Amino acid sequence: MASIAIRGVRKAYAKNAVVHGVDLDIASREFIVILGPSGCGKSTLLRMVAGLEEISGGEIAIDGRVVNNLEPRERGCAMVFQNYALYPHMTVAENIGYALKVAGVPKDERRRRVEATAKIVGLEAYLDRRPAALSGGQRQRVAMGRAIVREPKVFLFDEPLSNLDAKLRVAMRAEIRRLHRRLGATSIFVTHDQVEAMTLGDRLVVMNGGRIEQVGSPAEVYNRPASRFVASFVGSPAMNLMEGTIDRHGVFVYDAERQIPIPATLDARLVGHKVALGVRAEAARLVEPGTAGSIPATVDFVEELGAGRVVHTDLDGLSFAVSLSTPNVMPAGTPVGIAIDPRDVHLFSIETGLRIEFAAGIAAPANSN
Amino acid sequence: MVERTPIFNAICQFILLVGLIVALLPFAIVIIASTHDIRAVNIVPMPLTPGSHFLDNVREAWHRADLGHKLFNSILFATAVAFGKVALSSMAAFAIVYFRFPGRSILFWAIFLTLMLPLEVRIVPTYAVAANALAPFQAILNVTGINWLIHAVSGIEVNLQWGLLNSYPGLILPMVATATGTFLYRQFYLTVPDELAEASKMDGSGPIRFFWDILLPLSRPNMIALFTIMFVWAWNQYLWPLLVTTDPSFGIAVTQLKTLIPSEFGLPDWNVAMAGTLVIMAPPLILVIFMQRWFVRGLISTEK
Ligand SMILES: Nc1ncnc2c1ncn2[C@@H]1O[C@H](COP(=O)(O)OP(=O)(O)O)[C@@H](O)[C@H]1O
Ligand SMILES: [Mg+2]
Repeated sequence: MASIAIRGVRKAYAKNAVVHGVDLDIASREFIVILGPSGCGKSTLLRMVAGLEEISGGEIAIDGRVVNNLEPRERGCAMVFQNYALYPHMTVAENIGYALKVAGVPKDERRRRVEATAKIVGLEAYLDRRPAALSGGQRQRVAMGRAIVREPKVFLFDEPLSNLDAKLRVAMRAEIRRLHRRLGATSIFVTHDQVEAMTLGDRLVVMNGGRIEQVGSPAEVYNRPASRFVASFVGSPAMNLMEGTIDRHGVFVYDAERQIPIPATLDARLVGHKVALGVRAEAARLVEPGTAGSIPATVDFVEELGAGRVVHTDLDGLSFAVSLSTPNVMPAGTPVGIAIDPRDVHLFSIETGLRIEFAAGIAAPANSN
Repeated sequence: MVERTPIFNAICQFILLVGLIVALLPFAIVIIASTHDIRAVNIVPMPLTPGSHFLDNVREAWHRADLGHKLFNSILFATAVAFGKVALSSMAAFAIVYFRFPGRSILFWAIFLTLMLPLEVRIVPTYAVAANALAPFQAILNVTGINWLIHAVSGIEVNLQWGLLNSYPGLILPMVATATGTFLYRQFYLTVPDELAEASKMDGSGPIRFFWDILLPLSRPNMIALFTIMFVWAWNQYLWPLLVTTDPSFGIAVTQLKTLIPSEFGLPDWNVAMAGTLVIMAPPLILVIFMQRWFVRGLISTEK
């Protein structure tokens, strides 16, 4: 299989820069998910790897070979498109076998490989149908089959599941995972759906505005977001963020009655500075109003999720979500207290948006590169 | 319209009926006239019921106008022109839509401009080119002085000559270029999703394979519609075939119709002329009837 090295890659359309220098090393057989909001340049990056888009700066190497000037077919990548891009006038078998036909594979071998592929993606019964006569999920499988049949070194997926309904999406997600275990091809999967990203990726690449915000395992990205953007983008509900100052005693002060002690000797330079403090909804607890150390709030509304529920509270204008596993009826306006374990808070610099490390006892800005 | 009053409906139907009669009456007269003998057809007013001499008249017209040969020429001519137009316009539109090359928009507008230059307008220069297809190149050689240079160096006088008058290529080639067809194809290509081109690129096919394997099969309804329109159009061409073919062995059926029209002092056998007209009208009519299902689909919808 193949490793991929992306070094200082930039992309500009005319004068409009959309990818500003991306560095990323992908190991052979790895499943990388690129996660980011719509318009952040994920597809553009993927298409530069595929060879569908000119690279404006930097270089991309597949298996140590710089591919900047290679045609897509010379790069050994297969791609699954968001709208499947099936050839409407060809049957499923012809769609899957087209790449082999172009490559001049003899007819017998072609049929053998198409049938083997159809078996993998569960389409044996539909080989003679046209795409118009298939359901969304089946079309999705044809698109996957078309990529698999070539036995590519690299799989590229551009939001392949976003046109499916929720149930099918979960099923296809599992199937893609299984397929990757079986074929082991290096994969880059682009999505704006964080659940998809968390469940699929060996590693996550979180992008924003044409830059990489963080690279790490799903757990790392979730538990130690490298920036304020990652903190608010990954996780549902989004991480609660409060802006306040750190006083001389190492206590985060939001306002007079809402203060959270930080359990670390903070860098002296941070004292008196504004920072953003983040707490996940799961890390906060609802307590009786007035409980010592708790933050006063009022209930705004409760979002019922079946297995759990999210209580959206109001801190004098700032909304703050708290997850709750036990059923609880709380009308809007009920006063509550929010208890926060100081070990579960994250700090971010207001100026740079970067994470401020403090867990080791010495607070210092993280990743100052 | 949502008016649904009986009077309004009656008026609508009346107008439609009048239109139909106006459109079909000449046609009916042609058919009726072609079934009478020379005596009956000259009675004033002409009988409005068909006679029994249709086959005689057809036979006579066929013989007199050498229709066997002329129809063959016509079919060859119209088929080649329609085919050439489809081929050329599909490729021209492919270049315009799928490639970014310098001068692309100038080329596009140049093709667009030719819409305003029908053959009748440019018939003299076109005739000059057909008389010697290499004349433009000769002119370039002369004007740039290359000719003079060659003559000075080698003593050879370059004189390019390739006459197309009285030949099938001369009849066909000047009619093949088409702005309308190029536009029809361009519109179609713009409806084909970009991802299809990208998918085929990922599948390893180059532009020509993509054109051949994906675009052409997808454009089939379009192709049939264009072919049908252009066949009928070419079939009805008069001026150019008349001008370029002085040799009767290259003449086409429509220009040949003239020989069937009774001359001022000859026999007024309009029955034969009408029978000939019917025969000459038949092939495009049959084609349209045969193709109409695909034809309508190609013009109206952009179904997948
Ligand atoms: N062909 C193009 N010309 C100009 N701008 C483009 C083009 N393609 C994409 N962009 C811009 O690049 C940015 C990133 O696009 P894209 O990579 O498709 O985002 P996404 O992360 O949603 O996949 C967007 O702001 C988009 O408007
Ligand atoms: Mg995208």
